[in-house]
Amino acid sequence: VTELIRDARHSMWKHVCGFSHCVRAQQPANGKKGSLLRIRRRESSSMAWWNPLALIRDALTGQRVRENDLRHLVSNLPYEGLGKKKQPNRYLPGNAIKTTKYTLLLFLPLNLFEQFHRLANIYFVGLAILNFVPVVNAFEPEVALIPICVILSLTALKDAWEDFRRYQLDKKLNSMPCFIYSRKDKQFGERRWKDVQVGDFVKVLSNEIVPADLLLLHTSDRKGMCHIETSNLDGETNLKERKVVPGICEPNFEPESFNSVVVCERPNNNLNHFKCYVEKPNTEKVGAGIESLLLRGCTVRNTDHAIGFVVYAGHETKSMLNNNGPRYKRSKLERKLNVDVIFCVILLLAMCLVGALGHFFWRQALPGVPPYLVPDSNGHVVSPSLSSFYMFFSMIILLQVLIPISLYVSIELVKIGQIFFITHDIDLYDEETDSRIQCKALNITEDLGQIEYIFSDKTGTLTENKMVFRRCSVMGTEYPHKENGKSYKRITEEGRPTDSLPGNHVNSANSLSHIAVSNFSKVIDRTNSSAQETEVIPDRKLLRRVSVAESTSISSQKMDPHFDFFLALAICNTVVVSMGTAQRRRVSVLFTVIKAGSLRNIFAPKRDRTFSDTSFKEDDRFNPFPQVDDSGVFPSHSQRDESSGLCYEAESPDEAALVYAAKAYGFILLSRTPDSVTVRMPSGRVLVFEVLDILTFDSNRKRMSVLVRHPITKECVLYTKGADYSIMELLGAPGNQKNVVADTQYHLDCYAKEGLRTLCFTKKVHGEEYEQKRACFVAKAAIDGREQLIMDTAVQLETKLTLLGATGIEDRLQESVPDTILTLREAGIKVWVLTGDKPETAVNIGYACRLLEDEDLVINMSCKNKVRSHLTSNISLVIDGRTLAMLLSKDLQGRFVELAKRCRSVLCCRVTPLQKSGVVKLIREKLRVMTLAVGDGANDVNMIQAADIGIGISGQEGMQAVMASDFAISRFKHLKKLLLVHGHWCYTRLANMIIYFFYKNLANVNLLFWYQFYCGFTATTMLDYWLLIFFNLFYTSAPPIMFGIMDKDVSAEVLLGVPELYRTGQGAGEYSFCTFWVSMLDAFYQSLICFFIPYLVYQDLDVDVFTFGMPLNAVSLITILLHLSIEIKAWTVVHWIIMLGSFAVSLILTLLYTSCVTCNSYWTLQNQLTDPIFYLICIITTVVALLPRYTFHVMRNSINPSPIVQGRHLDRLDTSTKEAWIKEWRGYRGGGEVKRSKLSTPPSPSTPRTPTSPDFLGNEITLNCLNWGCPNPFDRIRTF
Amino acid sequence: MAKAKSGPLARRPDNSAFKQQRLPAWSPMLTANTVLPFFYFMAVICLLLGIWLLLTVQSVQEIRMDYTDSGACAHCHDLRKNVSNAALICTCKLYFHVDRPLKGDVFFYYGLQNFHQNLRRYMDSRDDAQMVGRKTNLKKPSSYCKPFATNDKGLPIAPCGAVANSIFNDSFKFQYLGSGSSDEPVPLWRKGISWYTDKNIKYRNPQMDNLSLAEVFHGTAPPPYWHRPVYELQTHDAINNGFINEDLIVWMREAAFPNFKKLYGILQRTNKPFESGLPKGNYSVEITYNFPVQYFRGRKQVVLTTLNWFGGPNKFLPIAYLITSCLVLLAAIGLTVVCKE
Repeated sequence: VTELIRDARHSMWKHVCGFSHCVRAQQPANGKKGSLLRIRRRESSSMAWWNPLALIRDALTGQRVRENDLRHLVSNLPYEGLGKKKQPNRYLPGNAIKTTKYTLLLFLPLNLFEQFHRLANIYFVGLAILNFVPVVNAFEPEVALIPICVILSLTALKDAWEDFRRYQLDKKLNSMPCFIYSRKDKQFGERRWKDVQVGDFVKVLSNEIVPADLLLLHTSDRKGMCHIETSNLDGETNLKERKVVPGICEPNFEPESFNSVVVCERPNNNLNHFKCYVEKPNTEKVGAGIESLLLRGCTVRNTDHAIGFVVYAGHETKSMLNNNGPRYKRSKLERKLNVDVIFCVILLLAMCLVGALGHFFWRQALPGVPPYLVPDSNGHVVSPSLSSFYMFFSMIILLQVLIPISLYVSIELVKIGQIFFITHDIDLYDEETDSRIQCKALNITEDLGQIEYIFSDKTGTLTENKMVFRRCSVMGTEYPHKENGKSYKRITEEGRPTDSLPGNHVNSANSLSHIAVSNFSKVIDRTNSSAQETEVIPDRKLLRRVSVAESTSISSQKMDPHFDFFLALAICNTVVVSMGTAQRRRVSVLFTVIKAGSLRNIFAPKRDRTFSDTSFKEDDRFNPFPQVDDSGVFPSHSQRDESSGLCYEAESPDEAALVYAAKAYGFILLSRTPDSVTVRMPSGRVLVFEVLDILTFDSNRKRMSVLVRHPITKECVLYTKGADYSIMELLGAPGNQKNVVADTQYHLDCYAKEGLRTLCFTKKVHGEEYEQKRACFVAKAAIDGREQLIMDTAVQLETKLTLLGATGIEDRLQESVPDTILTLREAGIKVWVLTGDKPETAVNIGYACRLLEDEDLVINMSCKNKVRSHLTSNISLVIDGRTLAMLLSKDLQGRFVELAKRCRSVLCCRVTPLQKSGVVKLIREKLRVMTLAVGDGANDVNMIQAADIGIGISGQEGMQAVMASDFAISRFKHLKKLLLVHGHWCYTRLANMIIYFFYKNLANVNLLFWYQFYCGFTATTMLDYWLLIFFNLFYTSAPPIMFGIMDKDVSAEVLLGVPELYRTGQGAGEYSFCTFWVSMLDAFYQSLICFFIPYLVYQDLDVDVFTFGMPLNAVSLITILLHLSIEIKAWTVVHWIIMLGSFAVSLILTLLYTSCVTCNSYWTLQNQLTDPIFYLICIITTVVALLPRYTFHVMRNSINPSPIVQGRHLDRLDTSTKEAWIKEWRGYRGGGEVKRSKLSTPPSPSTPRTPTSPDFLGNEITLNCLNWGCPNPFDRIRTF
Repeated sequence: MAKAKSGPLARRPDNSAFKQQRLPAWSPMLTANTVLPFFYFMAVICLLLGIWLLLTVQSVQEIRMDYTDSGACAHCHDLRKNVSNAALICTCKLYFHVDRPLKGDVFFYYGLQNFHQNLRRYMDSRDDAQMVGRKTNLKKPSSYCKPFATNDKGLPIAPCGAVANSIFNDSFKFQYLGSGSSDEPVPLWRKGISWYTDKNIKYRNPQMDNLSLAEVFHGTAPPPYWHRPVYELQTHDAINNGFINEDLIVWMREAAFPNFKKLYGILQRTNKPFESGLPKGNYSVEITYNFPVQYFRGRKQVVLTTLNWFGGPNKFLPIAYLITSCLVLLAAIGLTVVCKE
């Protein structure tokens, strides 16, 4: 802080100097240096708006104020009602945001400017203009203008619509209501977000969204605390505490009396860092940091209201600075395409050069002026050199089809068609939310087929963000909670197709029927938008055991361990109890807001009455032996809504899950105040525990403890919960515990393998000795060295613990996530998980969703330990946020990428949104791979925009990810079909279509080129110009588009069953340098054949130009269409109609056109159709032209079939054989199904095995620990 | 259920075969086993066609005679080198021998070499609307005709443009120096040498309105290279004049290549000895030598051919078919060998 202040003084000095300079310049007489404020005020008052110099000066001052390292902000209130020029904070931007690109007036020029960034557009406009130059003798120059105009205007329309949507969204955000203090009204008045200014006082009510970055000055809480939920920023749904700036908070906060100056740093995008100090009028300075800042976009929870001083507004807020603007995405294929277009341009220029030179030499060789050399309109014959110069441009016009504008149009059309099919896929439809997949980006469908890296968010994307209590082990006995597991399993299992081949009719029917069955759970899901899954079905055996325990403990005054276990569950946490059922609702589209009034205030004074009320209800509901019917439906579901009056809000969802679990067994946490906890026993007795101390969770100890005085025994009891390794080493007194510890450890290992989050619970009775130590706890109130003190007390207290048991909590994965991840990995895609969560949680989830495998070598990278790695096949990497920050630095980047490249999967924990996009960018740029980012929260927006493809999951956490995404899906599992099937199809279709298009144009244009050798290179066409236009416009346009939309090389079943097929699209894919040039060569060959066979036939006959052109046209058309039919993999009705249709259309249209009397080619086709030579030419030319390609295809397919061809072979088998084959093949590869079933059956408790059993030891040894540096407890979770 | 577009599943996509991309499809596999029969079939077809064509083409006969500067025509050639002699008439006579009688219809062509009728500006330099008889275009030729749209005096040129201007204006008189002493002129059909549609639809004289052809074309000028106006192209056949003059029509159909031949006439087989074609023997041809070729190193020819069902003496097509047949066969054998291993 002192440093900051020194900084501040320094820069303030500079600041004052700057201002005084201005002042002196303006009013030389007034050289007095007053306070900063006074100078500013005077300056502004003397500023005349009509003085241009003053305006410029004003702008410069504003610039300086904004650019200054430190900002001095004062309250706006004294200036309320004064003009704009008088406002002290007028240089700082307001809270209105504008994310639109264009304005109404400047739309046209800006958009055109934007569009001309596309090289092709410039080229086409240039060509269109060239058409108007008279010397090139273009045909109907106006016609050339039409296509480019259509393209430009369509794109402009699309852009305008997108910008309009952004505008509407901005408007919506800007006009959200908020409360600003007004001096006139002496109270907070309702205004809109855009009215918020820096220096205003804003009041935010509970569950409202913070409109700007606020320095917290006052809250309704008497301790000055305020809870916020930052899920919109970083995806974490737990509550975070924010404190008011100390020393400002008076019991009755009056904004008008706030006369301090807030000095804060320049806005930056670091969400976890903020520096500022408040300078009071008596020059006392109070420092404040991020812990006093409410960020825009956060939601205030559990606090009735909070009042803050606006420090940053609008685009300067941290959330907006974290929000990079959208990147214009261009698909990889399109980038490659542009390279090839450049090749084509070179080719075109070469051909034109050949034409121009040829014309020159031909002209030079002429001995005189022959009658066929037409002089210009003045009667002069143009000189050979000038004429050949003109001819160069004429050639460009003639051969312009080589770089086809129609290609760009066709690509757009194909993509629209592909998107139509993607959005109409029934497998990508989610019944629960009644949502289809949304394709927001229209131009990157084919990128879906080339993905090599997937970056996924964890919370809400892989998991449902619902913690479920799954299992527990009490005193060495396992209670598997089978029903609990079943109720979840049933939902997931039924959604999964029985034949492991989604995309079947069976599947869709199946999932439909399942709606009805699991309807109840959906109702719950919809009504209860809280993140925690509250439903726990008690284990019957344990329930019986507990009721026995209770009766004995009551009678004997001795606590049964089971009893203690549940008490520990209920007490040992920091869960806040609140009441709120009816108020829970969604208030806006953009943010999910949970209305929940805090009950603490109600509970504290009139505890008894509330108890009697609720206990009556609860008793009614709670049945010690709930009847579980066969269907597995728990009967109390229907009552749930009215009975669950209590609502637990916890910092971490696991805590809430534990409290709910305790509640299910009758141990109901009723209220919590700073010094007492009230729990109701299963018997209905209400126990009030005096809380003596809470040793909060920290990441070093990995545990937390609560010290309470037991109301019955009056003992001081310490309940501790924590990670197993941190607890196990603190256990005291072996003896009786030995077996319990061994069994529990075994259970813990099993839980961990299942991907459950494990926690151990212990108890310790302190008795009298506690009183002596109490004195030193009081010292804890002192601020200095607080953490050290907690550590010390903890060390003293948390010893010789008695193990009670362990729990396994499931961070419930979304439906078929492991299966999806496994399939994606088989498809050659590397999956990275970037999460803001703790490493422990992340690693657990990593195992649960099969991102990490048991046999993997997992490298943990954190700042604390060094890593030495050697190469094995399966490496996974776990990195935490701070390490990642180091790795992203310039000098380590290369090595990090090198390491990451070898890793099969990477888990990054504690990552900020900006880091997420940093990682994505790094991988994308360094490895030059296709990346896909999938996420659901506002914290994923950056990542989504940075990746080549951003996918938003429309889920619980608002719509911001969806808004920023290119595709919005509703389930993670949809990714599988989206990538493997649609991605593959879109890519192969479009790639083949583009290659075909290049071929088609070259083959067609080359015919014209070859003819130039016989017409003195004068850019003559042997076909009527209109017929040439028709050829591209009508005859050969529909088939490639249809091909690009509908062709299906391999069926969806096989693509899903054999994910390896996806690899064909990765890297270069089908559209590679090689395929492009092969098809170009083929086009050359075919054009040679198509030109010279007719030429050789006709050269001795009396044939006119257009009669000669007709068979060329026909042959070219037939060859091009037949070429396509070689490429078409599956002929549906549509294919037949379009192929035969375009042939028929070409025939009819040409016949119609050649009936035009004044046209050059009058009656030529009719004449040709009666000539046998025409047919003879057509047959032989087609055969010769297509022979090489056809033979090549046959050769390749029969000698060295590509995986795709093998897949097609597989497709031809009948359904049952196909399935058997896929299954067998999966088994051979070692698909996951087998292993998972092995894990999910819990070990029978009757045969307890010690942790030292050879099985376990073997595992530990063979999967060598790789951590060499200082021991990091976290490594032990999963460092094999 | 899927049809009902309301309720909870309102946005559910149709489960139709088309939208779910499950349309029944025929997906042929291009492997050796499936396509080999097709290869062999194609080889056989090409072979048979080739043989047939080869046999047919054997019966076709052709006689080509270059008269540019050969024999008696040499002096005419030299004369035409000087533009100032354009008005002088020059005729020359050449002799040729027919070894085998040309049976059936005999077609008389004139051939030009190095004459590019297919240059872009040359081809465009015409007005089809004028030639179809539209009066407005007659008096106001299209701008494409420039600089041959109007003459020096500003009169519109009919027919306008470079194509008509550069018409081939040599004429031929063939004589059969038969077995006896009598030289018998070879009668030619000079009409019916153009396409029926050209003669009757594409090229029409302007509406006559009871006027004579000369009156209709009054106010127009002939093309600068022409010696005669368009309505006096054929002196002995009044109907074959104006835009429907068949020589003009044939010339106006621009040849595809710089070396071309155009039909001049067809043998009239009404009288002896030409009833079954041209008999064996000596012939002479008297050429009115007008067309200069020295500006473009051109050659002029007279060509006599008979035709078969697929056009003239075209040896290329049968050979191409035979070669193709061999290629397909080779490919098929290659496939068989490679894939059976």
